[in-house]
Amino acid sequence: MSIPLHYYLGLSAVLFAIGVAGVLTRRNAIVVFMCIELMLNSVNLTLIAFASFMGDISGHVLVFFVMAVAAAEATVGLAIVIALFRNRQTVNIDEINILKW
Amino acid sequence: MLEQYVPIGIMMLFAVAFGIVLVNINRWIGPRRPSTEKLSTYESGMEPVRTARERFSVKFYLVAMLFIVFDLEIVFLYPWAVVFRELETAGIVGMGVFLIVLSIGFLYEWKKGAMDWH
Amino acid sequence: MSISFQDVIATGPITVVSIVALVVLIVETIRDKTELLTCWISITGLVLAMIVAFTSIENTGTAYSGMVNTGGYANFFAVVFCIAGLLSTMLSKSYIQKENIEHGEYYFLLLLAVVGMMLMAAAADLIIFFLGLELMSVTFYVMAGFVRKRQASNEAALKYFLLGAFATGFLLYGIALLYGSTGTTNIESIISRADILPPNTTFLIGLGLLLIGLAFKVAAVPFHMWVPDVYEGSPTTVSGFMSTGGKAAAFSALLLIFAPKLVNLVGPIQEVLAVLSALSMIVGNVIAISQTSIKRMLAYSSIAHAGYLLTGVVAANASGTKGILFYLIAYTVMNIGAFGVLSTFESKDRQNLTFDDYAGLSSKKPVLAGLMALFMFSLSGIPPFAGFFGKYYVFVGAVEAGYTWLAIVGVLMSVVSVYYYLRLVVLMYFKEQAVISEPTVSSLGLTALVISGVAVVELGIFPSTVLNIIANFF
Repeated sequence: MSIPLHYYLGLSAVLFAIGVAGVLTRRNAIVVFMCIELMLNSVNLTLIAFASFMGDISGHVLVFFVMAVAAAEATVGLAIVIALFRNRQTVNIDEINILKW
Repeated sequence: MLEQYVPIGIMMLFAVAFGIVLVNINRWIGPRRPSTEKLSTYESGMEPVRTARERFSVKFYLVAMLFIVFDLEIVFLYPWAVVFRELETAGIVGMGVFLIVLSIGFLYEWKKGAMDWH
Repeated sequence: MSISFQDVIATGPITVVSIVALVVLIVETIRDKTELLTCWISITGLVLAMIVAFTSIENTGTAYSGMVNTGGYANFFAVVFCIAGLLSTMLSKSYIQKENIEHGEYYFLLLLAVVGMMLMAAAADLIIFFLGLELMSVTFYVMAGFVRKRQASNEAALKYFLLGAFATGFLLYGIALLYGSTGTTNIESIISRADILPPNTTFLIGLGLLLIGLAFKVAAVPFHMWVPDVYEGSPTTVSGFMSTGGKAAAFSALLLIFAPKLVNLVGPIQEVLAVLSALSMIVGNVIAISQTSIKRMLAYSSIAHAGYLLTGVVAANASGTKGILFYLIAYTVMNIGAFGVLSTFESKDRQNLTFDDYAGLSSKKPVLAGLMALFMFSLSGIPPFAGFFGKYYVFVGAVEAGYTWLAIVGVLMSVVSVYYYLRLVVLMYFKEQAVISEPTVSSLGLTALVISGVAVVELGIFPSTVLNIIANFF
């Protein structure tokens, strides 16, 4: 007996919600970014669950691309954070506020 | 349906108990006579200079950043290798293009000195 | 099911720009002092891609096992993105020199962003759409923070990155749910399943999440918070490029996925789009009035323009779609022109010029002032300039679809927008004051500005030149 599809979907929905909550409440740019990664990975779980239950390959393919894109985003994100830290000595997003109306 | 999980539950209980016992057994039966020398960090016979809990140089982050991209591109090689025979020439050409593009990026970071430690 | 050489040819514009981007990177790697060379290579490449796209516009079909569309719609947008890239490249030359950020990588990133945009417009599959979107977004994050030494630029990049990645999460979850409910990632089949499926919650949630992601990329209210900060902090030419190319790409994908057929079939989506559209027009225009910095004013006006364009998506009929395509090409030339004029007046220590800085410009710099006035007239939608016809077709589409209230909101808000656009013109022409620092405009940049100006007038007087091409797509 295998685990039904909606268990996977429920788990990934919960993970996604945790990621969203983290993005909205955390103040450290790196932690915010980690929460975004959590969101992306929960989507990967959804995709894999759907793909394996439908026996379809394109979900798996998309997961590979999502992983590669997430890595590229992580690199760019870290680079931006480092550039900002060199100028401002902070990664707290409440203190990063020189642009406002 | 939940009763099917009972053997797994029993096995996990045993595993946890076994782990706890093994980790702690020498603490329970072995003698303990600590001294300053014994409690200090073991650095292959060297005197530890300062604490290990400090900020890392930003260079480590740069290396990690460069690594992660190339690391994850390799992800594409595994599925490709699995169906390599069915793809025939198109597969080789396609992966060749992918690897050439990747090497251009690699060459760029090398020449720009992103991999120099200092 | 194998990749053949024909696919490479069929997706000509994408191939050309990708190769040129790699050539730029190689040149940057093996030579020093490459700024001039890389600039000209990218200009040549973009012109070449534009010619390829234009000549193969008739060859509609798919390539790469049905993953990518070719010809027609895809090539039309390829031309638009090449124009955006080309004008930005030409304007950037003197600006990035002034900012001391003149590196070959700038052009490389710009070309990569163009490739991403082309993939979005050519996507026949959600996987390609996602890849194109991310390629464009990631390069935009880097370009926004290109002035590494300036805090505003760092901050813009960080905000854009965090919010952009957040939106990507939603978009991706939407894609996953659509895939789960229809069993395919092919856009065409997803749209055709919409009428077979009974009202399916997973499908609707998927569409909604995808819409959130796309609304973020097109800068529609309430997903617009990033726009003013990012446009203000980024290098001015990059803001111009993001606001035109990026918006055009996001709308090209929005039109592919939320195609008229889907919008008409799925009622709730049409209502949601109408609300987004009305909110964007109202919020964008009203807040733009109170801005003192011209860059921020253009940012809020960009939100308002996203609202006008969404009206065409809501309409979901031929006039609406035609209107969006025409509007996008008009918006590209006029907005890049406006940001281009701004970029000539900024200097390393004088960023974010205010309205008052432009007072009395017409007597000192008649050509630049004239061009700026032209772009402002066109942005506010006054005939006979390009902006007018874009708005006209979009609103006609809305009325035909029974969304008269939306068209009325649009027209009223256009009237509001005249106030802040023409305030700049009035200041430039009817107020005498010492003028700001000497503009630095290279002959290349001036050429780009003049081309944009001519295009704005040409599209306004002879809209049929573009409309005839567009009419063949649907």
